[in-house]
Amino acid sequence: MTARILLHDKILPIGVVVLAIIAIWYAAAVFLNAPFERDQAERAETEISFSEILPRTMAQERPVLPAPHQVFAELWNTTVEKKITSKRSLVYHSWITLSSTLLGFAMGTVLGVALAVGIVHYQTLDRSLMPWIITSQTIPILAIAPMIIVVLNAVGISGLLPKATISMYLSFFPIAVGMTKGLRSPEVMHLDLMRTYSASRAQTFWKLRLPAAVPFLVTSMKVAISIALVGAIVGELPTGAVAGLGARLLAGSYYGQTVQIWSALLMAAALAGILVMTVDIIGAWVNRRMGVRPA
Amino acid sequence: MSNTVISAQNLDLTFETNDGPVHALKDITLDIAEGEFVSLIGPSGCGKTTLLRVIADLEKPTGGNVSINGMTPEQARLARAYGYVFQQAALLPWRTIEDNVALPLEVMGLDQATRAARIESNLELVNLSGFEKKFPWQLSGGMQQRASIARALAVEPDMLLMDEPFGALDEIVRDHLNEQLLKLWAKTRKTVVFVTHSIPEAVFLSTKIVVMSPRPGRIHDIIDCDLGNDRPLDIRETPEFLKVAHQVRDGLREGHSYDD
Repeated sequence: MTARILLHDKILPIGVVVLAIIAIWYAAAVFLNAPFERDQAERAETEISFSEILPRTMAQERPVLPAPHQVFAELWNTTVEKKITSKRSLVYHSWITLSSTLLGFAMGTVLGVALAVGIVHYQTLDRSLMPWIITSQTIPILAIAPMIIVVLNAVGISGLLPKATISMYLSFFPIAVGMTKGLRSPEVMHLDLMRTYSASRAQTFWKLRLPAAVPFLVTSMKVAISIALVGAIVGELPTGAVAGLGARLLAGSYYGQTVQIWSALLMAAALAGILVMTVDIIGAWVNRRMGVRPA
Repeated sequence: MSNTVISAQNLDLTFETNDGPVHALKDITLDIAEGEFVSLIGPSGCGKTTLLRVIADLEKPTGGNVSINGMTPEQARLARAYGYVFQQAALLPWRTIEDNVALPLEVMGLDQATRAARIESNLELVNLSGFEKKFPWQLSGGMQQRASIARALAVEPDMLLMDEPFGALDEIVRDHLNEQLLKLWAKTRKTVVFVTHSIPEAVFLSTKIVVMSPRPGRIHDIIDCDLGNDRPLDIRETPEFLKVAHQVRDGLREGHSYDD
């Protein structure tokens, strides 16, 4: 019964989309890689038919768009076949990126929640901080990321922390905004109720505002963790980092290794999916504990 | 004459709004004795809820005096002299029924054993034993409101302030809860101030009915009402009941409540 529901609700719709994407991908690979083959044939002054081009477009060394099976072969090769301690293992690079993502996400969550608590309790902070928080997100991350790395390096901080700082810089924003909204979400009636109990501000915070904000926090954490990953990857780009998914992307583009770029991209996407799903599962568990009516 | 618990003298309250000042309460003078069940009745905008909120220190009057057991409303609130029941049950959705009743007790800093004892006895009082572990959404509207009454009583206040507690419920549930409230009042003998816009509800429950009229909110008439301690719902068809009800209706009409 549940297996049938799983098949109908999850596997079938997702599977159809995946198949469609792969089909479009193959078609695009043929279309984009064919000119190179024709060009080669022209130079060799030979005629080449489409049926000859077709297999070659899927086996190029440096294709414009690698065919799916090339990327999956590369993925298999760099994850399962290599030892995870190897510099050529994608698992190793993923871990480097993941560790700074998680650290940055944790720092961003703490910072975002702290800002929200301050903003909700002090009107001065609301007026003085909110514009800066919003402004901070209008600066292109690509412009500010190298500056953060350079400045932190100058004071002797390098390695994990500068990258995590960039993740934090991106991820604190949705947390701060969502949490502010959540802490302000209790109805006037509930606030009046706490007042009739002569509850202190701290009691009102812990017993009313904070639990009311939890669903808002979970939603903003889902957004925050995926952009924390983006932050970590971007943080690896301008630094000439030797490890991490960002470094793989950069190295791949230096040497025209499109297969390597695409496999790093897919890995990053899978990582983001797993992270968001993890937050989702934790959120669902918290909701259950808090008695949310099952949908 | 028993002790006066709530005493209001020449109470005035003006709200400053964008459309100019709104005179919500004008020259309210009212004494409520210990153990009385007083209903405030009147059309919307007559200030009945505002008066209750002033007594509860949720609004500050702009003139006049209120004293509660000789204290200011603020002192009374800090001393937790009253339990307040809102129009909606206002239960916290993430707390079970027992944890909702525990909320004021936690704020008061009572220990675990005292809390458990009070939760048990007050849920029993409102006939909700067995629903301790349920979440609010698993209960009907009437049961939710009963839980909120248990929560107000758990504080063990001298008085109960109720702001149209059954206004959002249907007639049948409302009748049932009226009967239960009356029994509860007979059992606990707490002073109750009860805001309503239902004439039968006010006459059925009260020892004293305060008829208010709007613009500005003021007291039009105070009607004594004593139908005896034993009041089944059927009493609403007796001539005594209808006489008081008629008096209340007349009072509301004279106060120009039916103008527009």
